[in-house]
This record gives sequence, structure tokens and C-alpha cells, in this order.
Amino acid sequence: MSLKVLVADDEPNIVVSLEFMMKREGYEVLVARDGRQALEAIRRERPQLVLLDAMMPGMSGFDVCEAVRADEAVRDTQILMLTAKGRDTDVARGVGVGADAYMTKPFSTRDLMQKVRDMLA
Amino acid sequence: MKFDRRLVLVMLAPGAALAAWLALGGVLFRMTLDPAQRAGVDAAIGPLVASHGVLPVAWWLIAAALAAWAAGRLYAAHVAAPARLADATRVLIGDVAAPDLVPHGGAAARNLAVAINGLAGARRALQDDMARLVAAASRGVAEQRDQLGALMAELNQSVVVCNLDGRILLYNERARQLFRRLSRAPQGAGGAELIGLGRSIYGVFDRALIAHALETVERRIARGDDAATASARFVTGMPAGHLLRVSMAPVRPAASDGSAPTGFVLLLDDITGEYEVQSRRDRQLLELTEASRASFANMQAALDVLDYPDLEAEERDRFQKVVREEVSAMSARLAALAAGMSQDLMTRWPLQEMLGGDLVAAVATRIEADTGQRVTPDEVDGTLWLSVDSFALIQALAFLASRLEPFDRADLRIRLTQAGNRAHLDLIWAAEDARPETLTGWQTGAMQVGDVLSPLSVRDVAERHGGEVWFEHDRARSLSFFRFLLPLATGEPAAAVTHKDSRPEYYDFDLFAASEGSRALDERLLGDIAYTVFDTETTGLHPAHGDEIIQIGATRIVNGKVLRGECFDQLVDPQRSIPEASIPIHGIRPAMVRGKPTIAEVMPAFRTFASDTVLVGHNVAFDMRFLKLKEVVSGVRFDQPVLDTLLLSSVVHPNEASHDLEAIAARLGVTISGRHTAVGDALATAEVFLKLLPLLREQGILTLGQAREAAQKSYYSRLRY
Repeated sequence: MSLKVLVADDEPNIVVSLEFMMKREGYEVLVARDGRQALEAIRRERPQLVLLDAMMPGMSGFDVCEAVRADEAVRDTQILMLTAKGRDTDVARGVGVGADAYMTKPFSTRDLMQKVRDMLA
Repeated sequence: MKFDRRLVLVMLAPGAALAAWLALGGVLFRMTLDPAQRAGVDAAIGPLVASHGVLPVAWWLIAAALAAWAAGRLYAAHVAAPARLADATRVLIGDVAAPDLVPHGGAAARNLAVAINGLAGARRALQDDMARLVAAASRGVAEQRDQLGALMAELNQSVVVCNLDGRILLYNERARQLFRRLSRAPQGAGGAELIGLGRSIYGVFDRALIAHALETVERRIARGDDAATASARFVTGMPAGHLLRVSMAPVRPAASDGSAPTGFVLLLDDITGEYEVQSRRDRQLLELTEASRASFANMQAALDVLDYPDLEAEERDRFQKVVREEVSAMSARLAALAAGMSQDLMTRWPLQEMLGGDLVAAVATRIEADTGQRVTPDEVDGTLWLSVDSFALIQALAFLASRLEPFDRADLRIRLTQAGNRAHLDLIWAAEDARPETLTGWQTGAMQVGDVLSPLSVRDVAERHGGEVWFEHDRARSLSFFRFLLPLATGEPAAAVTHKDSRPEYYDFDLFAASEGSRALDERLLGDIAYTVFDTETTGLHPAHGDEIIQIGATRIVNGKVLRGECFDQLVDPQRSIPEASIPIHGIRPAMVRGKPTIAEVMPAFRTFASDTVLVGHNVAFDMRFLKLKEVVSGVRFDQPVLDTLLLSSVVHPNEASHDLEAIAARLGVTISGRHTAVGDALATAEVFLKLLPLLREQGILTLGQAREAAQKSYYSRLRY
């Protein structure tokens, strides 16, 4: 059975690339367009890894991260935050709310794929 | 002639003494005789007393008269003359201008008089010198104060100077304007309820904030900072939502190191707008950074995908579309940012707002003065408000005109037109064809007009305005011109400093010495108290039967001066009709009060205006009755002491029949203008009140308590009458 990866981002232009690359890596890819959808998908589909954008309308990536870590059933989900918020205060907050890794946009896809492979290994 | 009892005594004394001496001799002579001899002498002299007794008495009388005459002369010379001398000298002591002594009496007394005259002369000369020096010094001080006042008035920054009690001694027009904006009171107070001579700055700033700032300065000085330049800064929010940056420096007595401050200077900046611009810029920058990051991430990812060699054509299109979309989104973002930026750039250099017509006139005058060329206005939109560094701009235009001079451009013209949200300022001359090569270097070279070399170039000046400058040739009209693209003033131009007929009182350094004093108000001298003199206009005479206030006017008296610059003038919507019959009295028509604040809104502002002062009014009981009835609806009480000029006038002139304002004013030589407007009457009452103070002093009424008591008595006496 293949590993499930959730891509949660409100920008279709990044989702389309991430989805394509994750599929090429052989993962099963789920997509969420905002924070609420992402949380529902995590609870329903139990993905092993979430690529989570910090800035989404409604519920932000930080909120989702907090909710996941507070939820007994899904708290062990791996979370990789991908965000345009690059200030060190933002990174600190991302790690603080429980992200396993934090990558600031723009990032090299090679680094991203390597990181995903490491986290799922 | 005055009867001098002592002179009579002195003249009679020698005669009496002689008589007593003779009588004593006779008695002693008789006592030495035995009874037989005594009887013999008595028998011998007895018959002679009747016939010859008059002889010794006459002899004695002659001697007594001679002695009396001599004693009188001696008295006049040695007692009366010195006494007169002493009196005259005493007069001289009291009055420098008294006439010289007239020498009298004996030689010694005369010499003494001459010596005293010499002394008095020397003193007179000394006094004259002193008076001259004092006059010169106070003229100097007055000049310096006036210069300082004038300087402050022109400053672009708000300045407030306070003594240690926080009482305001000086403020400038800028500060007045600032507080007018900060004021939350209805228009009529115009900020005068916040800032005014003798008012407490603690009505505006928290006392602890000022104390903290003073401590900060003291700490800095203790750490070794220069006491002359040490200052503290803080930013504080105002109730109306403004943000003020305050710079504070203590005032110390001159030429004394380490002495305690006697007051402090506050420089105030309204940074509300600046702060908004700053935070908007920060926000824009952050948004741009984050949006760019996201965009670049999208492009990077799409480009990485495009590197896969086995991509379907359809997939390739999809990812290329992502890149194209992100590029155009980035471009749009940058364009929007750039549009916002150029507006911000203009705010960097301090530009002042200037009316286009004034600028054109100033340019023409300067060019004519520098080059002798006549400059005529072409098409000029004189109503445009520009945001310019007028000095640099006029210099640039004068420089360009002087560069054109060798080409004999007799017909120079200036044009000012609006172009979108900017203005075109053109320096025009007739020319058949464009010859910009003759004008090389005019844009970027340093400007030189006459002997004056400026560090700026014409281009610098244009850029300082966030504008542009270029050379253009209009072939159709055979005209060449330099065109400046200049920013228009945004928003309302700040009200120009208005010079009224009387220069407003913005400073009173005598307040430096004034201190709160621990004495109760009743014991304070009338001259030391701050007053609010006010008057109201009403719809009628009966507040209890529904009559209402329609206007409140007031002025302040601080340190014995009427502050005409700090008036309270407010129309009030009575929320009822104004009787037709009353309109000729106060001249206020219903249309004038429509939309004005109600008494419930005006009273709190007036309470603030009158805080810390004694209220004064003419027949003030009438006005107070109206105010009292509004205490509940406005939530404001006037519980300070009240003085009535009507009652005080009856104290001073108890026998006059009329004590209405006109009659008193005429008696005291006060001219009234604007009678029967509330503020006009208040000003007249204030002048009358100041004239009454010295007259009350003559009657021994010095303190507020005494004045109130006297007025009370007069009130009762009138009632009994």
C-alpha cells in the first residue's frame, strides 16, 4: 500500500506542481484548498505526511497544526510547513505549534523531495 | 499763624524764673533777720509798697521782656529751624522730586540744609541713572521676549513652555492649531479649553508621564550628558486618537550648573499621519515579500516539473501557464506598489504648502531682481495648492532664467496648470526651433545665480519634490519651455497663521515665578487669580419656564491681562424656538443655531475651559441660574467661586444709581465693541473687572474672600433698599 500525502495550499499554482511531483514519487496525493478542508482530510484519510501552507483563508496552517497536535487520533501525522512567511518569528511559531519541518518559499524541489523521503523513511 | 505752645512757654519761662529767683532772695533775706529786725523792715517798707511797689515790678517786667525776646530768638534759631529742617528732610526722603530745602535759622542750621541739599542732589542723580539703566534693561528684555514670541509664532513645530507646576507660560500658533485638532469639544472652544496661558499641561498629558520624562533627563545628566542639551522623548496617544511625539527639555536658570529646573519645554509633533504612512509602508513591504516568496515558489516548482523529460504536451502547457500567470501577478503587484511608493517619496523632504498664485508672483519678483528681465504670467491657475520647497524651486527657476539671459530672451513667461494629480510649472520663452545643445549642463550642474553657488542642481530640486523637470519645444506656437512636474498639496492646506488686529498673547513669563501656593483661594490676592469672564445669551429671562441658553462667550484673565486670543465662543441649539422679540437683543436667528451642539454637549467643554479659575460675570446670578438648571442634563457642575461685576461696582461706587454694564464701562473709561454678543460682553466685563480691582484695593479689599464678603454685603444692602 502506497503512502498518503496531503497537499494543503490555497494557491492552485503550487498545488498543481506538488501534486505532480508527489505522484511521480509514487505517493497517493490528496489535495485540500483551505485549512478546514485540510483538517477534515487529515482526520478522514489519515495521511502519513502533510505539506501545509501557513497562510490559508479561514483556518491558517498554524491553526491546523495546533488542532492536529491536540487531536489524539491524528497527533502523530508528520507535518512539513511550506510558507512564504520567512521571518524568524514565523519559523519559531511554526516549530512552536508542532511542525516537524519548516521550509520557506521559494524552495528547491530537490530539497523538498529529499526532505519528504527522509520524513517518510 | 499757628499757635506754638512751646514757643510761648520758652518765652515766658525766663521772666517766671527771674520772679521766682527775686522772691526766693526776699524770703531768704527775711529769714536771716530776728523778729525785731523783721518788724523794723516791715514797718520801713510797708508804706512804700503802695507808693513805690510798681518800680521793682516794672524793672522785673523789662528784664522778663528782654529775656523773652532773647529766648524767642534762640528758640527760632536752634529749635524751630532744625525741626523744620528735619521735616523737610523727611519729605525729601519720601519723595525724590521734592524741592530743595530753603536754608533757615542759624549758620549751623543753614550749613546743614546746604549739606542735605547736596546729598539729595547726589541721590537724585543716582536714582536717575538707575531708572535709565532699568528702563534700558527692561526694554532689552521686552525686545528679547517679543523676538522670542515672534520666533515661536513662525516655528513649524508646536512649542509649549511650562513651569514646574505644569502651568503653560508660552505656546505658539502651531501648538494652538495642534490642540484645535486634538480638541474633542465643540468648535467654539477651538482648543482653548486645552491650551492657554496659565492652564495646566496636565490636563493634556498624564502628570506621571511628564515626571518620568524629567527623571529620564536627570538620569542622563547624572550619567554625564551635557545638561544644556539633555532631553527626553516619548510618544503618547490622545483621547481623540492622535499620536503625539513629545520632546522634552528642562529649563534651568541661566549660568548655574546642576541647579534644579524651573520648568520645561515641550516640542510636540503630531505623528499620526507619519505613523500611518510608516506602518502602511511596512505592511506593503511585508506583503510584497510574502507574495513574492509564494510566487517564486510556484514558478520554481513549475520550472522543476518542466525539467522532467517525459512530460506530455498537455502537461507542459499547464506548467508553462503557471509560470506565465505568476510572472504577470508579480508585475501587477510591483506596479501597484510603485504607484503607492512615489506618493510616499514626496513626503520625505519637508515641503510646505503654497498657493500657486503666490509661488508665481514670488518667482517673477526673484527673476526680475536677479536678471532685470520682466516676467509675465501666461496661463496661471492661481488657485492650485502646491506642495513645494519654495526657496529651492524659486532658486532653480531664477537660475534657468539667468542661463537664458545671454540669448536675450526678452519675453519670459510663467505658466502653471494642473495635470492630473500634479501641476506643470513652465518657464516659457519664444524660440523658432529647439536648441537644447546651448543649454547643456543646465539640468545636472550646480546652480549659480550671481555669486551664489548652490550645492543643488535643477534636477536635485525636481527630485526633492518627487517630481521631474525637462525641456520641451512647442513647434506649433514657436515656444520653448522648461517644465517642472510638481506635487499638488494633498488634503486641506493648513490654516495660514492669521494675524489679528491685536497680537494674541501667547506667552507670559511672569508665570515662571507664580506657584500654586498653599493658601486657600479665599486668601489669595485678587490680582494673582486666574479668571474666566463669561456671558450667556438666552431665549428669555425665565429659565424655570423653559428659556434656554443660545450662546456662551468667555475669555480668560491671567496675571492681570485679558487673553483675547483665548476665547470661548459657542452658539447653542436651544432645541426650542427663539422668541421674535428677543432677536433684536442678541441678534441670533433660529437658522444660526440649527445644527449647533446642544447645551449638554457645550457645558462640559465650557467646564474644561473654566477649570481652575474663578468665574466672573455681570449680573452673573442670572447666568448661573441657567447653568444650575442644566447640571443634571449635562452632568457638569460649576462649583468654583463666582464674582459679579455689578455687585463689585456697587461696592466701589455705592452712590451711583446705575450699575449696568454700559454705565460702569463709561464711568471706568472702557470702550465696548460687539455689545450683546456673548463674547463681546464677556470681553467688556473682563476690562471692567480689571479696572475695578485697583478701586477695590483702595477700599482695602485685597483678597478674593474680602471681595466676596463685600459683594455679599452690598447685595444685602440693595435688597433692604
